[in-house]
This record gives sequence, C-alpha cells and structure tokens, in this order.
Amino acid sequence: MPKQDAEPDAALPPAFAGWFAARGWRPFPHQLALLAAARAGRSALLVAPTGAGKTLAGFLPSLVALAADPAPRLHTLYVSPLKALAVDIARNLRAPVEEMGLAIAIETRTGDTPQDRRRRQRERPPHILLTTPESLSVMLSMPDAGAMLAGLACVIVDEIHALAGTKRGDQLALCMARLASLAPASRRVGLSATVAHRAPLLAYLSSTGRADGGDVALIEAPAGAAPDISVLIPAGRMPWSGHMGLMAAPEVFALIAGARTSIVFVNTRAQAELMFQALWRLNEANLPIALHHGSLAVEQRRKVEAAMAEGRLRAVVATSSLDLGIDWGGVDLVIQVGAPKGASRLLQRIGRANHRWNEPSRAVLVPANRFEVLECRAAIGAIADGALDGDAPRPGGLDVLAQHLLGMASAAPFHPDAMFAEVRRAAPYADLSRQDFDDTLRFVADGGYALAAYERYRRLFQDSAGLVHVRNARVARQHRLNIGTIVQEPTLKVRLGAMGPVLGEVEEYFVQGLVPGDTFMFAGQMLRFERLRETFAEASRAPPSAEPKVPVYAGGRLPLTTELALRVRAILAAPQGFADLPGEVQEWLRLQRARSRLPNPRDLLVETFPRGGRWYLLAYCFEGRNAHQTLGMLLTRRMERAGYAPLGFVASDYVLGIWSVRPAFNIAALFSEDLLGDDLEEWMAESSLLRRTFRNVAVIAGLIERHHPGSAEKSRRQVTVNSDLIYDVLRKHEPDHVLLRATRADAARGLTDIGRLAAFLARVKGRIRHMALSRVSPLAVPVLIEIGREQVAAGAAEEALLAAAEADAAALIAEATGPEADLPPLLAAAQGLAPAPAPTPASTPAPAGRRRR
Amino acid sequence: MSAAPLHMGGERLMLDPSGVLLWPAQGLLAVADLHLEKGSAAAARGRLLPPYDSAATIARLARLIRRHRPARVVALGDSFHDAEGAARLPRAERAQLAALVAATEWHWVLGNHDPAPPAGLGGAAHEALRITPFTFRHEALPGAPAGEICGHHHPRAAIATEARRIARPCFVTDGRRLMLPAFGAYTGGLDVRDPAIAGLFVRRHARAFLLGEARLYSFALAQLGSPAETGADPAPARRAPRASRAS
Repeated sequence: MPKQDAEPDAALPPAFAGWFAARGWRPFPHQLALLAAARAGRSALLVAPTGAGKTLAGFLPSLVALAADPAPRLHTLYVSPLKALAVDIARNLRAPVEEMGLAIAIETRTGDTPQDRRRRQRERPPHILLTTPESLSVMLSMPDAGAMLAGLACVIVDEIHALAGTKRGDQLALCMARLASLAPASRRVGLSATVAHRAPLLAYLSSTGRADGGDVALIEAPAGAAPDISVLIPAGRMPWSGHMGLMAAPEVFALIAGARTSIVFVNTRAQAELMFQALWRLNEANLPIALHHGSLAVEQRRKVEAAMAEGRLRAVVATSSLDLGIDWGGVDLVIQVGAPKGASRLLQRIGRANHRWNEPSRAVLVPANRFEVLECRAAIGAIADGALDGDAPRPGGLDVLAQHLLGMASAAPFHPDAMFAEVRRAAPYADLSRQDFDDTLRFVADGGYALAAYERYRRLFQDSAGLVHVRNARVARQHRLNIGTIVQEPTLKVRLGAMGPVLGEVEEYFVQGLVPGDTFMFAGQMLRFERLRETFAEASRAPPSAEPKVPVYAGGRLPLTTELALRVRAILAAPQGFADLPGEVQEWLRLQRARSRLPNPRDLLVETFPRGGRWYLLAYCFEGRNAHQTLGMLLTRRMERAGYAPLGFVASDYVLGIWSVRPAFNIAALFSEDLLGDDLEEWMAESSLLRRTFRNVAVIAGLIERHHPGSAEKSRRQVTVNSDLIYDVLRKHEPDHVLLRATRADAARGLTDIGRLAAFLARVKGRIRHMALSRVSPLAVPVLIEIGREQVAAGAAEEALLAAAEADAAALIAEATGPEADLPPLLAAAQGLAPAPAPTPASTPAPAGRRRR
Repeated sequence: MSAAPLHMGGERLMLDPSGVLLWPAQGLLAVADLHLEKGSAAAARGRLLPPYDSAATIARLARLIRRHRPARVVALGDSFHDAEGAARLPRAERAQLAALVAATEWHWVLGNHDPAPPAGLGGAAHEALRITPFTFRHEALPGAPAGEICGHHHPRAAIATEARRIARPCFVTDGRRLMLPAFGAYTGGLDVRDPAIAGLFVRRHARAFLLGEARLYSFALAQLGSPAETGADPAPARRAPRASRAS
C-alpha cells in the first residue's frame, strides 16, 4: 500500500478510511475504482501485477457493503483455483475485519471441510465464503442451493487467468451462469495477473458470455517495477540434456544462503525431490529448507506453508503447487531451476518474490541443459518486451457440460430450453449448438446410444411439463462423488510402516515397478519399499542409496509456449548474437554449424543419421510439442507404409525425432502436404493420445468411475471397465457419439494442433534442407536423450516390439540356464512354441540388431 | 492367426492368440470369462457404458467356433457378468448364443459371477468338468492335482520392450496348471505378478503367453518383475541419478 500523503479518501466509509490511515496507507486508485464499479452495480476485471493489493481490492466493496448491512446471508462467494489459497485469503481477510471491529463472518469450504460444517454452512451461511470450482459445483448440485445463494451479491474469481480456458474454467463458467440465474442481481469480479489477452477474460466475466456484453469494467493497475532477472550458468560442463539441473545445486545453495527467504521453483515433482536432496547434501549449516509439491500429504504441505508464512524457512523447493497466490512478504529471491517454459508463467513465479509492486522482484534462472540456456534467454527477452504468451479462447468441453447437467438435475428439475439459454450465457459455451446440447443431455439421460437399451437405467427422465428430473437420490449422490474435472492417474498412498504416517501419494504404476527392497525417494526422504498392502505402499526409512528411483508423474511437464519457441529459433538464426551466450553453448552451436547446419526461420532442417543399429530422422520444426506429436504420428505411419519400420518417436518443443529399423529416403516426399490426408482421422483414432483423452472425457462426463482407492484390487477389476475397451467398442458401433466428438475436439485443439501443422507443411514445401549425416549432430544430442512419451501407437510396431522383447528374454534364459538339455521340461516346450508358421510382416520377430535400452 | 502348441499332461494343447484354448484330440475349445452383459450391469449402477459388449463378445466367439469347428465348447465360468445377466441378454444376442450352444456339446462351468446355469440356453452345467487328464474349473483350487485348466483371474502381463511397456492379456502355465485370459469385451486384467495369480504357479517353471495380433509372445514369469525393466516410463526414474553424476 502506498504511504499516506493525502487526506483519507472520501470514497471510503469512515471506519475504512480510518483503518487505512492508522496504518499510514491510503488505498490504491484501482481499489477505489473497484469500489466505484460496485456502487454502479457493474462487474469488473482487475488486471494487476502481484503485490498491488489485488485481493483486498476485490473484497473491499463487499466489506464496505457488509459493514453497512450485516444482515445474515451469503453475500460474497470467492472462488480460487487452489484450496490453499482460499484458506490463506480467509486468514488475511480476517485481520482487517477484526481490526475494524466488523461483524462479518468469513469461512472456507473446500474438499477438506468436514461434513458437519458443510451442512451448517448450507443452513446458516457466512457472509463471505471462500471456495474452489469443485466445491462450488457440489454446492450447486444440492437441492437447497437456491435458498443458500439467493441473496448473493458478488462472486470474486481469483487468478482468473489460470482458470479461464481450462476444463476447470468451463466448470466454473457454468456454475457462474447458474449463480446468475439464482441471484440475478449479483455481480462478478475477476482478479488477474497481467495477461496477453483481456477480451476472453471480459467475456468470461460477462453475464452475457460475450466480450462485448458491456457489463464488465476493465480496471488496470499500473505495472510494477520491472523484475531483475539473471541467468546462472553453473560451474563445470553444461549438460547436453536432462531437465533436473542438479549440477547447479552448489550455486543454488549459495544463492539461498545469500538471501533472506527463497523459493526454488522446479518443473516436476521428481525434480523437486532430487533438488531437495541435493541441497540438503550441501546443507552443513542446517538452513531450514523445505519441500512442497502436489503429491505430498496435505498436512505436510500445510505445515510448510505455515512455516513459510511465519518466516521460519530460508527456502522451499516447490513445483507449480506454489505458483499461485499465497502471499509471503518475506520472500526476496525466486530461483527457477530448469527452463521456464512460458513468459507469463515465469512472470507469475517471479512475482512470488518481493510482494511490493513498486520494488523489483529478484529472480535467477538456472538452465539445466544447453537448449534451456537458449530458452531462458528467450524468456528474459519476452518479459522485457512485454510479449506475454497465452492461449486463445476455446469452446467449452461437452464432457464438462454433461457433468454440469447432471449436477443441475440433482439440484432441481429444469426445462431444457431454459437450461440451454443459461448454459449459453457461460462464455465457453456462448456458441454451443442446440444439437450438441441435446446430445449431451441425452447422453446424461440414457447414454445417448442409437440402441435404446438402457430405458430402465435412465439417470434423467422428463415429466409431462417437459421438466428434466434426476431419477433418484442415489444417482445424485453418486454424481456428487464424481464432480470435478481434474482426472488423475491412479495413485497409492505411501505409508511409513504398517501403522505409520502417510507421506503422500505416488502413481500406481510407479509402485508396480518396485520390488520389495528397492529404494526410492519421496517426500524428501530415502525410503525402502517393503510391501503393497491394500491401497498403501508401505515403506521404511532407508540409508542413502546410489540409484534410488524417483516417482514420475504423468503430465508433469508443461509444453513450451509458441512465443518462446519462436524466440529460441530467432536466437539460433542470429549467429552474431552468439557472443552473449556461455562459451560451451557457443561451442555447441559452432560445432552444429560445422557438422550440419543451424536451423533458420525460412527452411526446415531435417537430419538423418545411423546410431546404435537404428536410423534417426530429426526435424527441427519449432512448432511446439503438440504439433510435433501429431506430425510424429503421421510421419511414422507414412514411414511404416514406405517400409522403413519406424520404432518410435520423440517430440520436444523444438524438434521431432523418429527412429526406425531402415533409413528413410526421399525426405521431401515424407513431408508433402497430403500428409494430412484421409487417414488422419483413422490414425488419430488409433493413437494412444486419443485413448488418454477419451479416458479423461469419459471420467469427467461420468461414463466411467474415477479410480477409487478404497476398493481392493480384485473387486476393482470386476467393477471398473478399462476405458480403452469402451473406446474401441464405441468407435466401432457409434463413431459419432457425443463423447467421441468431445474427445476429438479436445485432441484437435490441445493435443494435436492440426491447424498449425497444416500451415507448417504448406510453408516448408520445397524448403526442406536434408542433411544426411554419418553420426549424430550436436543439436540432436539433447533430443535423443529426451524421453519420448508418445511412441508409435498400437499396431504392427507394438507387435514388433513384443517379438524383440521375447527374443531378448529367450536369449537371457539360454544364457542363464546353459545348454537346452538342462532346461526343465516346460521351458523346452515353451521354446518349441516359437513361431510355427511362416511369419507374416506383423509377426516378424526382432529386427536385425536388437539392442537393449 | 497361428495357435501355439503346449504340451501338458501328455496332451497337446493349442493356445490361440485370440485367448481361447484348443484341445485338438478332443475337438474341444475352451474360453474363459465372457462376462456377457457387463455393460448393462454397469448401467444398473449408473454408468451407462455402450451397450454393445455382449454382441461384440458373442460375434468374436462365433467367428472362432466357425473357424475351429470344435465338437465341444467349455465356457470356463463367469460367462455372464452376474446372475441376471442371461436374462438381460438382448433377443438377437440370445438367439445367436443359443444357436452356438445347440450346434456343439456345450459345457457351462459355473463361476462366482454366474453360480447358476443360464436358463433356457441349453448346454450342461458343472461346478468342475473332468475330462482326463484335465479338470476344467472356473477358479483355480490351490493345491489341486496337475492338469487344472481355469480362468477367473483375468491374467495380464506387462513387458518392458525397448520402446515402452506393453501390457496384454495372457495365458499362464507352469506345466501343471493352465490359466486362460478373460475373453469378454469389457474385461480388464490383473497383473500376473499379483500374489493372487503368481501364488498359484511354481515360479521356476511359470510362463506367460501374451496375446498378439497373430501369435503369442512367451516370457518366463520370473522375467517379468525385474526392477530395472518395469515401470511404464522407466527412463525418467533412472535419468535422475545420471544427471547427478554429470555434476
């Protein structure tokens, strides 16, 4: 808050003016602007940098109104993307309320709120309720939602830029449309960090669902001081690859020791565990350094947050779990280890340091490999130029709509026409067609299958007046358990011993890869895996191990934004600027120029070379990981037809790498524009990307159950149905089912980036520079070490992989058991099992020169 | 599709990559865990799965019967997902299944999901069916004499290949007992390393035969669990220490 240098503001009631004055503060202009908007009954979008009193600005009009009229009713609903943030804001808000002696009740309601308090909140709501999109959805699915929310005057959406454009944002938008129907006089306030696009957020807040609705005032706080960002190049050789950045631990530790309080941001949970361990190995001074990520037990995270708030920590190693909101005045340094991936995201993280808007935040970027040096450079340039990145708005998901419609029916009967109109007032659904709405509603009712098989299992029915009802209370109850749009991989709780504390959760497949006695690193500790018991992985403390495993979480890595990818390409294309880069990186790029060539914005550089018995093809497309994955799927299919026998591909944000049994010739033909031709649909449908997308859609839409850790493995196997099996059956029998449409829509905009790919193929036509090399090029090294998450999809390639693995295993047995005469009878029989008939192409065993990984 | 021979109890059995077992000497085809009407069972619980699973499962089975022309068919239990499954079977599927049953010597081995024989479909029902030297039983009986052929557990195995981990339904045998994979369209699987399955086999001799498109892939059970080769995406877990060595 600025120091007082004028009279207490006349816009504020005396109690508030006095409160500001007593602290030697006066309100920011944007805080007063929000007050004015509220008095005019208008909604408002506040765009402000961190530290500009954003939260107080959002609540000030409500506090003023409630000070004047403290009649009991739920006046203001605050929605935050993070539970922790809701809790923290409640704490921060109570201080001024108590200091002014206001009788305003402030409470939180999240998934952690006990059942009895939730019930009490529905009966006697507080004036201000702080919640999350999921908890709001549950609240709105209750039959008494109307009574509880009828007096609502204001909805505040915090970190609105982090919600809009996501499925959680779709869900919240639908809930806000509902709130507007329940409390037509209520207004909305959106609090946003500095963003690239304002119009989508204005539309998101508008009660019309459109940017030109005219009911939302745009209020911008002045930009804060420019951040002070530097890049730290650790001593020793800059690694070619890897994203962990552990070699920089000594430098990071020195930075921590030299600052008051630091946040060390990393990009994945695995990286957080490793960096935490690496720092503690150096921590002879015993500086209090903590760990924070989304898989740790809630109590553990709350403890760390509290210690941080009280200034008892010197540093916390954190993932995006601390990206948003929580206000820790004491933090004076942010260290980003690994590439920042996006300018806006980096700015948000940097904003965690020094929560005073008029002082520069201090941040140090620590690249983990050579490509990341370029990326850090690009990010600093983007921030200096104010070139923020952000996605354009996209239509809301039909899976989220399906979930919402069942929730609405659970609360009260509705008429489809009225519901359609209400849904279209939510910005993501402003252009929803009646056909899509009706199909979604029918899916919720009876599955929406052409075969009318489920008449007696309908979840919804329509009465003679046309109102849609939920069939019974059991359907509604079951629905409430399924609310939410975050679909997690199945996880298991990690427990110390049979009775000990729960440390957090790891993904089930990680535990499946452990055998008793394995050591792994979790929650900052070295653990020994003891056994799997029900849904717990039991572990004991273990001494340091040379090669512990670290749980890796699916979807942990964020893709690089377009803006940064373009900037990296620009850096590569301007050798005159190389002098600014660290020596090793200069050397790397110089070598690339000598051995191959540097990519440039005009041409497409494609390198091919043999390595370890495989042939590699690397295309430096710079179109972002999603477009590269699609391209990888299409190219491998074409290569399969051409007989190159592709084995897999890896897509980074810059490069697509494909490996095959035989070398690819005629590169220009591979990349010809008709790549996006007729078999795109079919190929996409077969891909594991679509299968994963379908699983998420099916869970959100309520077709399949979430993983319930409560059920034992055997009963779960009998109850749950593998989403892949459903996907296959549905594709065969109802290719146009609304959930398949939703799946394709999700994939087309997020995961496949078809439009961008089409433009790319047109652009590079006739501009392919093929370098046939005899060995791996310097620029290709990081990509080859990169792990491909998306491999060649099911089909012949998978069969070939199995055949190779089988041959390997047989060889291993032969090695281990000596001459065949000594084998037990069954093994001999089994070996006689090897392919009896002439092999077809799909069953061709082991390509020549099998290698172990 | 090529079936693969397996010698057990002095008899020659054929494991078919579709997941059915053939015993040529007896003209017998065995299939486990059809779980017909699993979709409608889920629908009754509020999960409106596509109602096409029974049709898909019966059509696949009919194709295999046409191809192998068995004199006898043994359905190894859990042929229906629940006791009312047979009654829910849509008319067309019911007629198709009844025709299959009528055309051969059909044996329903009863399972935990379908403890009573399906009414009106024909065929003989058994708790366990003995055709020397084999005993066909739904759920393996621990300590049963050699020659047991069973289903129930839906065995599935995952193999770490050079590109990634691939999981498939599988046969499991140690030469004394043979477990069939589940055949039904919506049937999931249980990892063969789970004690519930692994505990039924002599580990030293146990092998899993993974179903492929045109053939089976054979692995020793002992080879499936080695810590260095498991995990859907094993490399990141191991890359970390590598990165630390680079420092």
